Amino acid sequence: MSEKQEMIRVEKLNKSFGKLHVLRDIDLTVKESDVVVLIGASGSGKSTLLRCLNFLEMKNSGIITIEGEQIEESTHNLNKVRERVGMVFQHFNLFPHKTVIGNVIEAPTQVKGMKKEQAIKEGKEMLDKVGLGDKYNVYPSTLSGGQKQRVAIARALAMKPDVMLFDEPTSALDPELVGEVLSTIKELADEGMTMVVVTHEMGFAREVGDWVFYMHDGKIVEYGPPNELFDNPKEERTQAFLSSIL
Amino acid sequence: MSAITHFFEVFTGSYDLFLKGLWLTFELSAASLLIAFVIGLFFAILKISNIKVLQWIADAYIWVVRGTPLIVQIFVLYYGLAEIFLIPMFWAGAAGLAFHSGAYIAEIIRGAIQSIDKGQREAGRTLGMTSGLTMRRIILPQAFRRAVPSLGNQFIIGIKDSSLVSFIGMQELFGVASTMGSNNFDYLPYYLTVAIYYLFIVLILTLLVNMLEKKLAQSD
Repeated sequence: MSEKQEMIRVEKLNKSFGKLHVLRDIDLTVKESDVVVLIGASGSGKSTLLRCLNFLEMKNSGIITIEGEQIEESTHNLNKVRERVGMVFQHFNLFPHKTVIGNVIEAPTQVKGMKKEQAIKEGKEMLDKVGLGDKYNVYPSTLSGGQKQRVAIARALAMKPDVMLFDEPTSALDPELVGEVLSTIKELADEGMTMVVVTHEMGFAREVGDWVFYMHDGKIVEYGPPNELFDNPKEERTQAFLSSIL
Repeated sequence: MSAITHFFEVFTGSYDLFLKGLWLTFELSAASLLIAFVIGLFFAILKISNIKVLQWIADAYIWVVRGTPLIVQIFVLYYGLAEIFLIPMFWAGAAGLAFHSGAYIAEIIRGAIQSIDKGQREAGRTLGMTSGLTMRRIILPQAFRRAVPSLGNQFIIGIKDSSLVSFIGMQELFGVASTMGSNNFDYLPYYLTVAIYYLFIVLILTLLVNMLEKKLAQSD
């Protein structure tokens, strides 16, 4: 345990939207190759926490450390930080005016200055990895939701991030398409990718997660390995939440 | 009967002068709308910036353009630019038209930018793209596609509005019609003729915009 590098460390993180206090004194550590799953009811702050980790939302107070480096929005180039932290959204957010491969090579060529041929070669490898190697030349509008999300995963992977954040990656999908996306994420986890996943898929949390955090009202109520948290929740609120969804 | 044949005589007999006017209208419209597009994009970006002073500058510009008649703007710019700074009449006229259309184009582009889902910006930013790069590569290409119908409409308005520069003495389409009408003490046939030229231009432009819309829709 101890020799694994800390990829993300969050201490006493607070975030408010106006009067609404969304995150309260959050502490969270994610180590290399860990899969951390955030669960909780809608409005509990899971997505906001995730969005604070790559500075789509700016914290009000607290400390966020990424790969040993304490990040402050005033002194750090957040774009450089975001290159190392990939994100996959609930609604995919593919670029509709670009083809699948165009989506995948956009950031490597524009941000990292990679040569187009090289980016296409690597991009096709990424697409093969998510099982969409044959779709590289079509526009996203022709794909199913599950395929779109897998392209979005390939797009994020093309930047070779050290950490991946998943914000409810299957919540916008038809039930029959959830499996293909979850198995893609699971493969990534098996390869040792460090990831933080916000999800309502408890089966996935149990199977793939190394740590499960239960959030309620902007606080982390309880966390632990999935077996402990799911089978022997210690807090009453966790028990109530789990019995309401299982 | 004789009125109709007379109109056809005017229509067919005056084409050389009208074609000259048509060419000037075309040059004026192309120049002014190109400049207006640049102005519009510039002020649209000021308006969506988070900097209050820049927003105020854009608001003031749009307020002045909307709050004064185009003919007043043309005269002010003409007497200001052409007579004081000795800028050629063509460019004074084009500047007046561009100054005017620019405000409307700014609002069209601003609306189109703001209509793009915020997830697009977030996707760009989380990939490490700067906000400028995200705007240029992700948001604007989509916004322009969405703005094509409104921009096409604004361009049509701009072409028709270019007739007003005849009042500073430019012999574009409408200028040709008024000059010939008053020279011959015979107004109606020339104004009817010029109406047909404008209808023709607008028809062509409408077809072009429709084609462009169809072409862009294919990739969506």
